[in-house]
Amino acid sequence: MKYNVNEQGYYGDFGGAYIPEMLYPNVEELRQQYNAIITDEAFIAEFDQLMKDYVGRPSPLYLAKRLSEKYGANIFLKREDLNHTGSHKINNAIGQILLAQRLGKKRIIAETGAGQHGVATATVCALKGIECVVYMGEIDMERQAPNVARMKMLGAKVVAATSGSKTLKDATNEAMRDWINNPIDTHYIIGSVVGPYPYPEMVARFQSIISLETKKQLLEHTGKELPEYVLACVGGGSNAMGMFYHFLDDEEVKLIAVEAAGKGVNSGRSAATSVLGREGILHGSRTILMQTDDGQVVEPYSISAGLDYPGIGPQHAHLHKVQRAQYVNITDDESLEAGLLVSQLEGIIPAIESAHAFAYLEKMKFEKTDNVVICLSGRGDKDLSTYIKHFGF
Amino acid sequence: MNRLNSLFNQKKNNLLSVYFTAGYPTINSTIDIAEALEKAGADFLEIGFPYSDPVADGPTIQHSSQQALDNGMNLNLLFEQLAELRQRVSIPVLLMGYANPMVQYGVERFCAKAAEVGVDGVIVPDLPMYEYETLYKDSFANHNISNIFLVTPQTAEARIRKIDELSNSFIYLLSSASITGGNLALSDVTETYFKRIKDMELNNPIVIGFGIGNKAAFDKATSYANGAIVGSAFVKFLAEDNYMERIPEFVKGIRG
Repeated sequence: MKYNVNEQGYYGDFGGAYIPEMLYPNVEELRQQYNAIITDEAFIAEFDQLMKDYVGRPSPLYLAKRLSEKYGANIFLKREDLNHTGSHKINNAIGQILLAQRLGKKRIIAETGAGQHGVATATVCALKGIECVVYMGEIDMERQAPNVARMKMLGAKVVAATSGSKTLKDATNEAMRDWINNPIDTHYIIGSVVGPYPYPEMVARFQSIISLETKKQLLEHTGKELPEYVLACVGGGSNAMGMFYHFLDDEEVKLIAVEAAGKGVNSGRSAATSVLGREGILHGSRTILMQTDDGQVVEPYSISAGLDYPGIGPQHAHLHKVQRAQYVNITDDESLEAGLLVSQLEGIIPAIESAHAFAYLEKMKFEKTDNVVICLSGRGDKDLSTYIKHFGF
Repeated sequence: MNRLNSLFNQKKNNLLSVYFTAGYPTINSTIDIAEALEKAGADFLEIGFPYSDPVADGPTIQHSSQQALDNGMNLNLLFEQLAELRQRVSIPVLLMGYANPMVQYGVERFCAKAAEVGVDGVIVPDLPMYEYETLYKDSFANHNISNIFLVTPQTAEARIRKIDELSNSFIYLLSSASITGGNLALSDVTETYFKRIKDMELNNPIVIGFGIGNKAAFDKATSYANGAIVGSAFVKFLAEDNYMERIPEFVKGIRG
């Protein structure tokens, strides 16, 4: 596993744990214990059972016939949209709530952008009867009001992040401040493959079930475990890392990570971190982030709240730097068109995040025999108002 | 041996340090405030270089950082302003901020520039010990810049010993595991913790910070440590009218 983390928590030049001393004991406790906990038989049994009976896994790998005809290749959709709560976020939330229980934590905090991770966290906290506080940017609370209501209905307290730009990065800052102030009884469920080590590794492992299942399912469908291409969208990068994880060492599989270009990479309103970012430190890890010359974090933009993040996870930064995966980008308009296309060719309304991955198919050239897997990371119900506004339905 | 070492050699008790954010409340207030604090009797100073995402700070210092950035403060400008630091201020001065701006500036270049303008030490809460030791220690040492580590109530004894080894001026003891801007709780737990640290007989002097905003807290902290740091309370004070003339009054209020 040459693309995985080393003992110091680094992926090549990226990763580490750039945290204030106040968080050191929390992060150190996790670092020392998480591996033993998540590889324990009883843990695995409970995780597997919940994945099957509660989340509804394995999620299907669906051969999308009409999309395949259109693009001249065999296009498979990994249906994370069919999971309970509607996205891949639940995989990590289940893993971390089981971990938090075993660490004896009494209170859960989380950050959320679009609200998908917040809903997943509120869900698992309800499942386990644990107190839940979700930080969400004040602006995101306005534009994702239905998810705020869902979290409240599930019993979570939603706290508005009113500092800075009042979006995902500020929600993350507020969650970290909460964790600093409540170091002993609280576990922070980070929703993506970001943050100080061991979070990027831990979240990737919980999400790696996506590629583990895909390999088996692809073998059933095609007689081969390995596809020619794997595509996924990237904000912080958790669905992409889960989708790539078990293919990383299969160098012949081309991995394509699709970032949000927003209004266009050079428009000043973009979230294409791999193009616009430079190496630096964000939310506890050394990675690639969008920043000013002076090292201030730049506020990104994407129509998709889930991709609206100024950094990428450290493992993505590494895969980008060593060119194991190709990082490309798609604009708001291209993603919305792709969302409409997938809806009308396959009868599946994708989340705008996932639609970014579909949009990149337009820019690729295939052989007829190519097998292509796309991670359909979430369903589009939450994005209906955005789609309606754009297309004027 | 820098100004910090000389200070701690000469004075063992009741040291007062004051924190403020460079470029706040106005872009050119940095040196004026530093000078006024020295005249008012502060023993050393911490000048914050602002960052957009200060996770270890409470609302007061977050606000001052954002205001400073809006005012146009950045590291290049700060070092320009600090060029006249040593014509006007003689007490030790530390720079305090987050890792990313320093890493973007270049840590070696940062330390060289800091030494050139007469800065004595740096406090970077999110620069971990491992990265300091493996990547940056030589830059700090080459320019005789002290790196200050934080210790919290949750820091394990072995780690405190390691911090004591790596420190060469003082250790910054947090009164509680919290973000800045709280109030020092004079609880038994806090006193047990202060006493535990005192009894460790560390090589480096101890200065207590976080939640020191009045005389009672200052007196309590300095009864266990060599000194105490006032941060948020002073930053809050800087938003008041005629703050510059009233700095002696503020310092007297803390010191008595």
